[in-house]
Amino acid sequence: MRVFSIGLVISGIHLSMPLLFAAYGGLVSERSGVINIALEGMMLFGAFLGVAVTFWTGSPWLGLAAGVGLGILLGALHGLLSITVRADQIVSATAINLLALGVTAALIPTIWGQPGVSPTVARIPPVVLPGLSDLPLVGEIFAELSILDYVGFLMVPVAFYVLYRTPLGLRLRACGEVPEAAASTGVDVIRTRYLAVLTSGALAALGGVYLSLVQVGLFQRGMTQGRGFIALAAMIFGKWRPLPILAASLLLGFADAFQFRAQAVGLPLPHDLLLALPYLVALVALATFIGRATAPGAIGKPYVKD
Amino acid sequence: MSAPKDPGNGRLRSAGPPDSALLPATTWSGRLTDALGGPLRNARNFALVLVAALVAGIPLLYAAGSDPLNGYGALFEGSIGSKQALAETLVSMMPLLLGGLAVAVAFQAGLFNIGVEGQLLMGGLVAGTIGAKLDLPAGIHVLVAVAGAMLAGGLWALIPALLKAFRGVHEVITTIMLNYVAFSVSRYLVKPGGLLVSRTQPSATELVAPSAGLPRIWSPTRLHAGIFIVVVAVGFMWYLVFRTSLGYRFRVVGRNPVAARFHGISPPRAIVQAMLVSGAFAGLAGANEVLGLHHRYFDQFSPGYGFDAIGVALLGSLNPIGVAAAAFFFGMLRSGSVLLQAVAGVSRDMISAFSGLVVGFAAAVTLVDRILGRRRRMRTGEGLPSPAGVTTQEGAPV
Repeated sequence: MRVFSIGLVISGIHLSMPLLFAAYGGLVSERSGVINIALEGMMLFGAFLGVAVTFWTGSPWLGLAAGVGLGILLGALHGLLSITVRADQIVSATAINLLALGVTAALIPTIWGQPGVSPTVARIPPVVLPGLSDLPLVGEIFAELSILDYVGFLMVPVAFYVLYRTPLGLRLRACGEVPEAAASTGVDVIRTRYLAVLTSGALAALGGVYLSLVQVGLFQRGMTQGRGFIALAAMIFGKWRPLPILAASLLLGFADAFQFRAQAVGLPLPHDLLLALPYLVALVALATFIGRATAPGAIGKPYVKD
Repeated sequence: MSAPKDPGNGRLRSAGPPDSALLPATTWSGRLTDALGGPLRNARNFALVLVAALVAGIPLLYAAGSDPLNGYGALFEGSIGSKQALAETLVSMMPLLLGGLAVAVAFQAGLFNIGVEGQLLMGGLVAGTIGAKLDLPAGIHVLVAVAGAMLAGGLWALIPALLKAFRGVHEVITTIMLNYVAFSVSRYLVKPGGLLVSRTQPSATELVAPSAGLPRIWSPTRLHAGIFIVVVAVGFMWYLVFRTSLGYRFRVVGRNPVAARFHGISPPRAIVQAMLVSGAFAGLAGANEVLGLHHRYFDQFSPGYGFDAIGVALLGSLNPIGVAAAAFFFGMLRSGSVLLQAVAGVSRDMISAFSGLVVGFAAAVTLVDRILGRRRRMRTGEGLPSPAGVTTQEGAPV
């Protein structure tokens, strides 16, 4: 087994996908002017409920729906705090993150009778596309992709189209740049921002469900391990634009995949240090490439209707 | 920059250094300190947030399979019900208080240091290493170990500080990333065959020498002399923030970096200084645990003190005295959670959830102030202030 192989590509895609979903969640929210550092907590809650509902019903599809539903609720909570109450968006999001960490960990023993980790549940299976899976070389990749992977890749052009080619996208971006101007042309800023934050919650939770129901098929205490923040880094590194965010998510996902492969292959590298690789890559990316002028103009500022 | 319409703004033009409390807040942390406000309002908010979080905790306790009354009873009993319990509460209070001060001082300068956990780990690791590996006279050994821990915590916080001050990278992301790096690095150093690992105990350093340990002071409980360090730290932090020019610069930069610049204060410099102080206090929290309680560093010696510290700082309205009160309360939760788990069967992890509730209500408390403020203004006939004054948000977006 070598480090650089088709397996690395498969695992790279699998590890990039949660980042991609969450980073797009961040994109939608922040383009509308609402900072969302609660991605981490939304992912964790999504991953948790996805596994719990799959455990109760036996169907990972119901788990998927429940996880995403909870993400939408959390988006509503974040919206309530940051849009309606006009609380500080970073502090209120931190509340969601802490709540997610505590509640999901505390409920593991209640639901499964053992601390730390759930039993394995049914996973969302790969889709077998006859023909594609038989192709030489890349067929192996297609054989491993689930419906969520296709959804993820499809999300990129869809997000691009909605954001830049539809009136909805224009209104969304206007709310994030100059909400007063948007409001003067009749855009309901509050409603648009709520819509964005709800979508953001759904996407972040989808990223979490992907982690728990596609990758491993169980829930583990704190299993997102900061991936929500890495997704945030990918979003900033991608300068709040859909295509660069895809590239950034792939970069960070593949850094993670490399780390796992190196460990599996037994490369003589210290495993504990390698675990830090994705975080270091994200740090370096932020430190070297960020441009100040690229963020939405009204980001983080509560909007008050006159 | 458009002229803020805040009525207090006229004072900006007066000669001499401004009273930082009179500067119009242009940053989120400035608005937060505004919302937190003076001591009376602090005390009211403390009570409000606490009661709200306790009420919101009821369904959580219920979901975790406990009768809430029974649960809170166990928490209370297990935290101040006996001499032993009270001592344990004080023991848990110490790292929370020092960590809370670390979060609070960074907040004062407009920085959200979520990296206290990592800085605390690095401080604990260095304190444990100095305590075990160096041979120094009693007294001096403790001081060196503590100083080393504070330096380690400060240096770990220096990375996000420099990135924020000179590259504009938001500290929330960098401090979180560095937490994970700290977990990896510390685990690596004490893993079997690691550089600092004990010969007899895996995932830990050797026991610290008696000359580096903080003695127990209330036998048979685990309360140790670190409590004196903590008391001094509270006084020191209060003096630093409210009575020194350094603390003044932190507060001005935290409230209004543009005004700070007009008064000759360099925001990047203040950012670096505040993060160094914050990291040093986090490191001190780690040293206090390692030298006073466990007498060695081991993996996961902190059950998330650095994250609870955020709740502590916000519940305490960022004021050192308030932080002390909040830390005592969070200490009660930590020590009471043992009985909560034993009697009511609620996982100790529920404490982080409670911390989240406190942070959420502390954020939402601005609503209460806005409603009260509006009522007051309506009575006195003043116009509602335009939020348009809030326009400049310095620093990098997240």
